[in-house]
Amino acid sequence: MALKIDSDETFSSGELIDAVWNAVLKLYGEYGASRSGLTLINYDAEKGLAIIRTFNTTVEPIQAALASITKIRDKPAAIHVLTISGTIRTLRKKIKQ
Amino acid sequence: MRKTYVDLHLRPNLKDPEQVARMMRKASELGYRLTAVSLPSNFREEKIQQLRNICEEAKVDFASRVDLRPQTSKELINSLRKLRRRFEIISVICESKRVSRQAAKDRRVDLLNFPSTSFRRRFFDKAEAELASKSLASFEIDMQPLLILEGSIRIRLLSSLIREVAIAQAFHIPIVVSSGATSELLMRKPRELAALASLFDLDKNSAVEAVSRNPLAIIKRNREKLGSNFVAPGIRIIRRGKDC
Repeated sequence: MALKIDSDETFSSGELIDAVWNAVLKLYGEYGASRSGLTLINYDAEKGLAIIRTFNTTVEPIQAALASITKIRDKPAAIHVLTISGTIRTLRKKIKQ
Repeated sequence: MRKTYVDLHLRPNLKDPEQVARMMRKASELGYRLTAVSLPSNFREEKIQQLRNICEEAKVDFASRVDLRPQTSKELINSLRKLRRRFEIISVICESKRVSRQAAKDRRVDLLNFPSTSFRRRFFDKAEAELASKSLASFEIDMQPLLILEGSIRIRLLSSLIREVAIAQAFHIPIVVSSGATSELLMRKPRELAALASLFDLDKNSAVEAVSRNPLAIIKRNREKLGSNFVAPGIRIIRRGKDC
């Protein structure tokens, strides 16, 4: 999943993934979070672009969790999904397009 | 065919035209083709035109909307009489049982909306759904409360929404999912709203329809009715002149 972080602030990769994990935990609990296979693959703090990986069975719950994020490090922010793909190579191609 | 995504409930600060413009640009960027802004009932026609121009610049179609909060059913009927022909969308925020029942059966009401945090005043039950199924009202869900609430209050809201969505589907009442956003950072892409709708057990297809086909149907129906050629449902003027 390619993500765009929408905020006036810039965040570190740790702050970003913490916000994502917190959102997943709040909505689906530890059991749900453990089944998501969520990993941060790449993050460009300047451009506010990130790539995360999740199991294809949990794409929709993760999308809901990402949409529920309104703050990162207590600063107003939103995370939008740019595109979703089965492999990271195709995802990068889609982003370039 | 590409879907037309609609956000029927944006709530910018109307005193700040710059914020309105920013929200409209954001709506366009997020993939919406039509947005409705909640306006006060006494909002002047020139100001509505100004909003239309802002939306045109942002390449988003604009629909005028009024949110009614009547205290009695009589007040609701009076407001509907005055406002139905002025606004493209009429939503009723049902704060009492009598008002919600009247709103559900009145064909001039487009959207039934319920207070998000007053759980005792969410009157969308089977009786309400039965009435709404015979009129034209849709059940509207605003997403902003789901985003900003936390803890037990969000759990209660989700629990109410799960029950209400099941009732709406059982009675074939169209569901409309709107952002209800007051700022750009609380706006979400249509597919993100659809993903959030899975939290209250709305399946993917129904969720996508709730941000596209269902709200668009309301707009199309009302624009036809408000048009100068409309006579009655199914009857419209197709030609004017002495030879008719």
